[in-house]
Amino acid sequence: MKMTKFAAVAAAAITVASPVLAELVFPSLSYRTGAYAAGGIPFADGYADYFTLVNERDGGIGGVMTKVVECETGYNTEKGVECYESTKGMGALVYQPLSTGMTYQLIPKAAVDGIPIHTMGYGRTAAANGKVFNNVFNYPDNYWNGASAVVNHMLELNDGDIKGKSLALVYHNSAYGKEPIRTLEILSEKHGFKLTLLPVDHPGQEQKSQWLQIRREKPDYVTMYGWGVMNPTAIQEAANIRFPMENFIGIWWSGSENDVKPVGAAANGYKAVSFHSTGSDFPVYDDLKKYVVDAGKAAGAGDQLGTVVYNRGLYAAMLAVEAVKVAQSIHGVKDITSVMMRDGMEALVINEEIMTAQGMPNFGPTFTVTCENHGGPGTVGVLQWDATAETWNMISDYKPTDSEVINALIEEDSMKYAAENNIELGCK
Amino acid sequence: MSAGFYFGVEVFLNGLMAGVMYSLVALGFVLIFKASGIFNYAQGVMALFAAMTLVGFQNGQVPFAHLINTIFGTELHHFGWHLPAFVAILMSLGVMILFAYIVERFILKHLVNQEPIILFMATIGLAYFMEGFGDLMWGSEIKKMDVGIPQGGNLWIEESTAFLGGDGFYGFYLDTLDIYATVIAAILVVSLVVFSKYSKTGRALRAVADDHQAALSVGISLRTIWVIVWAIAGFVALVAGIMWGSKSGVQFSLSLIALKALPVLMLGGFTSIPGAIIGGMIIGVGEKMFEFLIGAPFLGGATENWFAYMLALLFLVFRPQGLFGEKIIERV
Repeated sequence: MKMTKFAAVAAAAITVASPVLAELVFPSLSYRTGAYAAGGIPFADGYADYFTLVNERDGGIGGVMTKVVECETGYNTEKGVECYESTKGMGALVYQPLSTGMTYQLIPKAAVDGIPIHTMGYGRTAAANGKVFNNVFNYPDNYWNGASAVVNHMLELNDGDIKGKSLALVYHNSAYGKEPIRTLEILSEKHGFKLTLLPVDHPGQEQKSQWLQIRREKPDYVTMYGWGVMNPTAIQEAANIRFPMENFIGIWWSGSENDVKPVGAAANGYKAVSFHSTGSDFPVYDDLKKYVVDAGKAAGAGDQLGTVVYNRGLYAAMLAVEAVKVAQSIHGVKDITSVMMRDGMEALVINEEIMTAQGMPNFGPTFTVTCENHGGPGTVGVLQWDATAETWNMISDYKPTDSEVINALIEEDSMKYAAENNIELGCK
Repeated sequence: MSAGFYFGVEVFLNGLMAGVMYSLVALGFVLIFKASGIFNYAQGVMALFAAMTLVGFQNGQVPFAHLINTIFGTELHHFGWHLPAFVAILMSLGVMILFAYIVERFILKHLVNQEPIILFMATIGLAYFMEGFGDLMWGSEIKKMDVGIPQGGNLWIEESTAFLGGDGFYGFYLDTLDIYATVIAAILVVSLVVFSKYSKTGRALRAVADDHQAALSVGISLRTIWVIVWAIAGFVALVAGIMWGSKSGVQFSLSLIALKALPVLMLGGFTSIPGAIIGGMIIGVGEKMFEFLIGAPFLGGATENWFAYMLALLFLVFRPQGLFGEKIIERV
């Protein structure tokens, strides 16, 4: 008994006396449970594994170890806000909410707390205007780039003329799914194609009405802004009505293995737009195997490596690590704060040299972040699913989207937000 | 007749078949409620668990592989076999029977004579436990269900009806999977009705449903009956899991199909097996026709979820016990 007490006191004394080791904290608002777990798990695994790799291979960033604090949200906005509140005091440097609903809730909170938010390919699109949204970044692409990329792909397939053609948007009936509507409406006026809107309620496993309508109206192309079970269900329904799969183009959240594998051979030829590469044919995967997987330090079950959404998590972590390096360089401090992290993100430059150095050559587009543009280049590639080989193949390089239309919309929406919230425009 | 008219007929037919799919889930609720007065909140999760188990057995997946690998540092994933669908279905049925026994042994047995709300709360707990347990046992990735049921528009029906509506009509679209589901549901209902009316166990089930105390007094074992009822509900959940899993993959959202069964139960009644089928068809046709005629053209679409409940509410106002439910009159 006495020994137990002694040990407890000694342990407490050691804890108090030890110098606090600096750590760079990256909260991960993950969802490994619930209706959207199949998408949440690979992202969380990729995000965590990259930071593990940086610790194991490089000894942290600039000598400071990283720490990922995971908090389960179940893709529930309220739980996401609770996670934010419970982790922000741990020295959180940047949040990746991985949910558009959550992003909308966190934007005002993060502005007050001085913590940057990175919403890569989701969230509030107008956040690309850094003069209004000082703390929010959505590089390298946003929903509107995705919508424009779909239309650009239609243009490419039709020698630049889609007048008289038709496009149906099958979308998750939520803030996320509704994001591209305005952009597509403007683009339909600009290019003269007919747009049909087909909302699908959560979770989306019953879409018979929508696909009967598509069968009746026979649009030339269908695009999808879905997530979770809505995606494979839509692809299956498209196959059922024998809609040509090569004319069905999803956004990046509708373009993973989870969406096509359940459909089997019938999903062959389905397309999705993307802002990063797929597969595991990159040098970084050799390092991941050596330092993370073989060392038994992989996140989750360690069975997601090489999948599309795992690569997205990996990419998000890589961009965060590069921003930390920039912040360390700007401020001359290794153990940076969230405010410094924000500065690093705003001065981030991603070029081929940096991606190659990280073992990720041509993994994503090259870009430079500025105060005026938190949204990156808006260049988007196109993937196509090969059901036989069970691989996503990049069939188009990262190409520019309609910045004329998108920038005008960003300006309009961000100014409206600034006026509603009395935000003084400017760069920090 | 114009193409528009025939497209309306097509929506009507598809509504009927969608309704049958909802009924498959509703049937499980009815069976348990009828025999024990318990509204089984876990019915949707049972369908998910049954489907996951079936796919797991079929693909030779090692159950709890992640947990085993974490504890023992192994790298187990699959046994390396691929079982025929029929064998996997039988094995899954065995698991659902075992599940029924465990539920009775560890939950229901301890809650005899408790208020219905307590039993309902217990099934909520069971549902959440099963969700986590299923994930732990089989993983949460989306799995392909392949038991050999074909999918896609039935070409024969399409081609032989294409002449009806002129150039703008392409023939009736009916999903082969839905046709199979309709036939299976019909067989299921007839079997359940025959079992309930003409077998000794079925009569015992009805006796328990009518009056627990009276059934006990003539020597019917309430505990055995509960195990049988939950096992049958488990079998119905397996059938629902197979049909819905074939449609949209085996994944967490399968458990949410219970939400589609609720308006069916409100409309058809909680105690009638044929009521679950008729209720499902009314809900299916109602929501699809409303979406076709009013929802999509005038309201922006996505009206099916709320319209199903509105339709059920409308029926409730005039017939609170549902179309086929028993009217309960309690004397005070």
